[in-house]
Amino acid sequence: MIPPGKWVRTLLWGLGVVTPLAAAQSVPPAVPATEIFSAAQIGHALSPPTPTVGRTEPSTANAPLDDGQWTMPSKNYASTRFSSLTEITAQNVAHLAPEFQFSLGVNKGQEAAPIVADNVLYVVTAYPNYVYALDLTQPGAPLKWKFAPTPLPASQGVACCDVVNRGGTVDQGKFIFNTLDGQTIALDVKTGKPIWRTRLGNINIGETLTMAPLVAAGKVFVGNSGGELGVRGWLAALNEDNGELIWRAYNTGPDADVKIGTDFHPFYADDKGTNLGVSSWPAGAWKIGGGNVWGWVTYDPELDALYYGSGNPGPWNADQRPGDNKWTTGIFARDPATGNARWYYQMNPHDEHDYDGVNEQILLDMPFGGTMHKVLVHMDRNGYVYVIDRHTGQVLSADPYGPVNSSKGVDLASGRLIVNPDKETKVGREVHDICPTASGAKDWNPSSFSPDTGLIYIPHENMCMDWTNVQVSYIVGTPYVGASVHMKPGPGGNRGELTAWDPVNRRAAWVVKENFPIWSGTVVTAGNVVFYGTLDGWFKAVDARSGAALWKYKVDSGIVGQPISFRGPDGHQHIAVLTGVGGWSGAVVSGPVDPRDGSAALGMVNVMSDLPHYTTAGGTLYVFALPR
Amino acid sequence: MSSHSRAEIAVALLLALGACSPQRPPDAQPAQPAAAAASAPDGAVIVSALNPGMTHSVYTVDPRAKPYYDNPAAVTEGKRLFGQYNCSGCHSNGGGGMAPALMDNEWIYGDRLEQIHQTLVEGRPNGMPAWGNKIPDAQLWELAAYVRSMSLPQTLAAQTGGTPSQTPAPVPASIEQDAGWSPVPVITHDYTASP
Repeated sequence: MIPPGKWVRTLLWGLGVVTPLAAAQSVPPAVPATEIFSAAQIGHALSPPTPTVGRTEPSTANAPLDDGQWTMPSKNYASTRFSSLTEITAQNVAHLAPEFQFSLGVNKGQEAAPIVADNVLYVVTAYPNYVYALDLTQPGAPLKWKFAPTPLPASQGVACCDVVNRGGTVDQGKFIFNTLDGQTIALDVKTGKPIWRTRLGNINIGETLTMAPLVAAGKVFVGNSGGELGVRGWLAALNEDNGELIWRAYNTGPDADVKIGTDFHPFYADDKGTNLGVSSWPAGAWKIGGGNVWGWVTYDPELDALYYGSGNPGPWNADQRPGDNKWTTGIFARDPATGNARWYYQMNPHDEHDYDGVNEQILLDMPFGGTMHKVLVHMDRNGYVYVIDRHTGQVLSADPYGPVNSSKGVDLASGRLIVNPDKETKVGREVHDICPTASGAKDWNPSSFSPDTGLIYIPHENMCMDWTNVQVSYIVGTPYVGASVHMKPGPGGNRGELTAWDPVNRRAAWVVKENFPIWSGTVVTAGNVVFYGTLDGWFKAVDARSGAALWKYKVDSGIVGQPISFRGPDGHQHIAVLTGVGGWSGAVVSGPVDPRDGSAALGMVNVMSDLPHYTTAGGTLYVFALPR
Repeated sequence: MSSHSRAEIAVALLLALGACSPQRPPDAQPAQPAAAAASAPDGAVIVSALNPGMTHSVYTVDPRAKPYYDNPAAVTEGKRLFGQYNCSGCHSNGGGGMAPALMDNEWIYGDRLEQIHQTLVEGRPNGMPAWGNKIPDAQLWELAAYVRSMSLPQTLAAQTGGTPSQTPAPVPASIEQDAGWSPVPVITHDYTASP
């Protein structure tokens, strides 16, 4: 008999497991700066800046006096993510130190904001969407309760870009959040038990829920994900008390489905007409046309209006859907009570580059053209900061904040993006060096605004891409993309930037460059400190006025979450953030991805193949404070 | 030594080791040679390397897999189907994204063509759809062959630029000796079967 060890050695020819890390592609060279249009070339405004007319700030209705809590991801309805706490300052933040950590037990992209209400800190994790409630009044913030919603495991297979969750909200004694498999759940904050549980999404058509629901006006507003699977986008309103559906408005299809009626008064001619959600598509294509609502929904108590952006049209291959593809990649203003549309503005008609319109809107009172205007400021994936009049939907200015060559500015007479024909995507042709990349000059991760500086702190990307359209057939419940994408760094090679944007004077006050695209949100405080995290696992503080680096701390894993600032039961200011690399950009670390395939993760891997050298998967709540 | 004779040795050894293992419970079946395992009831396919009581992992063999080895046309057609059925939408060109990478050497449910075919037919609980009765069975075998080809050294060596698996190598018949968890690491010392 042959000894077992011998036959194993004799029989086998395997060379052992070579980790993809060692064989990773190198990051491609940066796109030359000459490929990009300058702000002077493509930035436009209806009139020159008039900064002396008044102070730029949210109204008190939209951003009430700060009570030191952080009950919704956006901090307030104005979505300023501004903390008026002043204990931590640009002068003393260098002493900031971790106070405690809490392992989330989930090593996927943690995109949620921690929530603080009544001295309890709440966290919802990436799939399987655990909810933890930590008692801040006790040493070490012990677990008060944990809720495991047990979403269907198969939902992971229809989640486009990691199995993320962007957070929950506390209101009226409930913690309200979504699960990946399509549920919206309201938990009793005292017990952690469900008060109601509503199923809105169907994974068998590729539908998931990843966004943070907005709770406002006695309702819970929820939108679906699935723009890469031909899922028709919608926004739903639930009764906050019992979870019953009040209305649902679709972003494609007949006017009745879109809730377009007599209340609808879009500013631009391109958005006027009957059933444009049908006629701006090839026959029937609106049924599988995307336009999902997986980003931010904002409520405006002053005008009693909802604003939200719709996602990309499907498939990515635009040759398969001639037309403007209403009502995708645009901003809707709606009546929260009925869902009826009031106005709509389309940033990217017939989108050819996956420029979803789902990014945040910051609601400000701002001087423009010699008078004060109620505006929303929207940093679109397509690379422009849009300042839009909230009453009318008129674009007052649109200026590039990242690398742009896919368009040549916004025509402010028609409202229409001036698409650059050189960067249009076509079947059978690889178009090179399109900027910004598919994930945008900025993705979902939200900016913050300080009324003290008047600046918007935009965490964003500096990346471009090569793109080839590929004919794709629709198979229900599977990806409906039809594009081969390879991303690359933008001019200069730094893939990320933190830009402090002056919306009144239409220019950057300062820019901090980062090696990796910034996939975390920002928070800014009255102590003039901006906090953000990086994919390679640094949590950083910079000076809100100058951008000067003030402090940084190396955490266990890359950061794709939303930092917050709150006052604890001890009366002191604390900073909290979730770590845990993931999401579209970080899936090369936390996802089931091999960095040798540049087209993997929808082309993101091509530009992120070095990230596994910098960080590993994780998932931890960090809370920081000044030493005492 | 030809791959054929190596397979025979492996099967014989599995039998011998099973028979002399002192840890084997009295009523457990000895490790089965491939031919016997293929006639498992209900055509079941073993997709786990955990086979209680056995000294080494065992596997099932399905004669239907045979034509898809050493078959360049099968992997080429499998590649075409991989795009047509949107497999590439989740698995990209083997690097994964929404779904796991296929060009690496991690095989949760086994790397034998029988096992890959079974995964395609049944789906898997963490997000793999079930394609049995939705895609013709012969095409599922071609897809299985292409999937197996993605991590072959020959396929990886053919990659130029950032897009792998575009030139799939045929799955060599020698692969049929895999117990499902390939490549088996080179074990320097193996004491699991010592008396």
